Amino acid sequence: MKRLLSTFALAGAMGLCAFGAQAATKLEQVKSKGFVQCGVSQGRPGFSNPNDKGEWSGLDVEFCRAVAAAIFGDATKVKFTPLSAKDRFTALQSGDIDILSRNTTWTITRDTSLGLNFTGVTYYDGQGFMIRKDKKVNSALELSGASVCTQTGTTTEQNLADYFRANNMTYEVIAFATNDEVVKAYDAGRCDVLTTDRSGLAGERLKLTNPDDHIVLPEIISKEPLGPVVAHGDDQWFDIVKWVLYAQLNAEELGVNSKNVDEQLKSAVNPEIKRLLGTEGKYGEGMGIGNDWGYLIIKNVGNYAEIYDRTVGPDTPLKLVRGLNALWNKGGIQYAPPIR
Amino acid sequence: MTDLAGPVGGRAKSSFINDPKVRSIGLQLIALVVVVFLGWSFTENARDNLAAQKIATGFGFLDNTAGFGINQTLIPYSETSTYGRAFVVGLLNTLLVAVVGIFLATIIGFLVGIGRLSKNFVVRTLSTVYVEVLRNLPPLFQILFWYLAVLSAMPGPRNSISLFGEVFISNRGIIIPRPLFGDGAGIVVWAIGLAILMAILFRHWAASRQEETGRYLPVLWVNLALILGLPLIAMIATGFPISFEVPQLKGFNFVGGVQVIPEFVALTVALATYTAAFIAENVRSGIQSVSHGQTEAAHSLGLRHAQTLRLVIIPQAMRVIIPPLTSQYLNLTKNSSLAVGIGYPDLVAVFAGTALNQTGQAIEIIAITMGVYLVLSIITATIMNVYNKRVALVER
Repeated sequence: MKRLLSTFALAGAMGLCAFGAQAATKLEQVKSKGFVQCGVSQGRPGFSNPNDKGEWSGLDVEFCRAVAAAIFGDATKVKFTPLSAKDRFTALQSGDIDILSRNTTWTITRDTSLGLNFTGVTYYDGQGFMIRKDKKVNSALELSGASVCTQTGTTTEQNLADYFRANNMTYEVIAFATNDEVVKAYDAGRCDVLTTDRSGLAGERLKLTNPDDHIVLPEIISKEPLGPVVAHGDDQWFDIVKWVLYAQLNAEELGVNSKNVDEQLKSAVNPEIKRLLGTEGKYGEGMGIGNDWGYLIIKNVGNYAEIYDRTVGPDTPLKLVRGLNALWNKGGIQYAPPIR
Repeated sequence: MTDLAGPVGGRAKSSFINDPKVRSIGLQLIALVVVVFLGWSFTENARDNLAAQKIATGFGFLDNTAGFGINQTLIPYSETSTYGRAFVVGLLNTLLVAVVGIFLATIIGFLVGIGRLSKNFVVRTLSTVYVEVLRNLPPLFQILFWYLAVLSAMPGPRNSISLFGEVFISNRGIIIPRPLFGDGAGIVVWAIGLAILMAILFRHWAASRQEETGRYLPVLWVNLALILGLPLIAMIATGFPISFEVPQLKGFNFVGGVQVIPEFVALTVALATYTAAFIAENVRSGIQSVSHGQTEAAHSLGLRHAQTLRLVIIPQAMRVIIPPLTSQYLNLTKNSSLAVGIGYPDLVAVFAGTALNQTGQAIEIIAITMGVYLVLSIITATIMNVYNKRVALVER
């Protein structure tokens, strides 16, 4: 239903808006309505998940809060729209949401033919398989003939098809509209294997009746760079969303976090830190926001490491080690362009 | 009063604008032009805006490789097939649920509807409970019930319930032997077709004979003998060319045989039983609309109760039953799009789901999908209207 509405909104917006008419920029729209409308998942532990009071938490959620902090100096000025995998792009195209931050894989089709722009990678992921321990399978290459449950409207369906074809194996795919249905069907024994991104598997496993009866197979069958997405055509907004992530990564690299940021603001001598926090140079101006944007992000939300550790890190139920997501100088591939 | 001598055709003098016929046609033409223009400018505008935002448009994507798998395909399909073929696969899956669902719903609906009027307390109460429970629960819940509740209770493929070692029921669905057609199997298929044709002709002949002479022929028994006997003779004559491939458990799943996936079973059963509750009420109202005098008249002619129902009451009730029945058939077809909730690969799940997401061409795909449901509904309605004309009361 939601998808149909979004499609009508899209058709309406495209059909009725006079061609070429210059509407207000996204930043002006966001400022005038007073909050950032952020598209998230319908519940993915660690990334975007509501608790029983309806408060959202997770890596993707924190990212939207950071954008709100950069613009308003207030991380609570965000409204979340839960979206299924299928509906997410239409919601962004039709302007229902300002940012899509919903563990979305960056692919060429999505970047070039859907009218979208990916602003960076918040989490480097890859697709994996989860299976019951008692099936006694140790490798994905032993899965020929298996029934596989997955979510429809994701890159996983195509990766799955590619992997089984490349390895000459047969399979049966059962694709559900939402994640919860996938987990329920897997738990009921409809399929032998559940496939999605490995970070997702860690989260889904917690929803199963007996999480310890299941293992994640070692194979990673795809590259899944997950990141925030904005609509094509507003470069200023694209820049803001892009640099919010870079500020968080740079802050981690420079050792600035939410606890020491006030002290750093007063006493830092490192010019890189001064530029990040806005005491030197006017880097917010170019994006149409305050020059203290970097300070506001770190103060209100934190740097990348803080967010990672409290949402998906080793001390959370998901227990995901940094791996590829460590900074470039610590064995990972997270790397941000400099602020200068 | 000189007017009396004036021209009789007063209307001829007035302007043609005041002619009601010209007016109505003119207004309709203007309305048509406005609608066409709005539609055209809407499309043009949408296309320009989409192009400006670099969102792909057009129907060229239908020829691109789909690259995803589907677990129930009535026609050959693989990951290398096109989106166009995936569309056909989804459409056929929708039609399969609709046709099987309508068939089952009609049978259950008629039985329960007649049961509601039964003199037997148990039958009547059970029928009432059936109708009240099933029609008052949302269909999606019923589908999820049949899928998740019943599926969880089923054993895994390795412990599946086996019927005669040939049919296996597990949480992977129902696996039945696949018929393999050897040399001469065509003759057997022809024999089945011929038997059915002969049975139909015999029924017609028996009916007209009864009209003429009043003598009753045992149509049911003769036709049963025809339909079973003729293919059997053909089988013996050709040396049993049809064999069955019995499914074997191998690795994770059964290999060989035909798999009826649990999503199909759950969806069809849920939609059929749900719609049947409404059909039962249509049937009951239809039967009650036939005046009791008809029953008394039939009884006084010596017809038994079942004959009265079949030959006198039902034919007259049909003209009341058919129009709402058409609506129920349309509802069932459209409700089949709830399939997406349980992962049945119908048109909405495959085409307006996976294909839409991979190509991102929401406007085109949703337009095609809506067009398909519209066409399906119109076809169903047309067929039912033709049938309705045939059973309608002809008044002179």
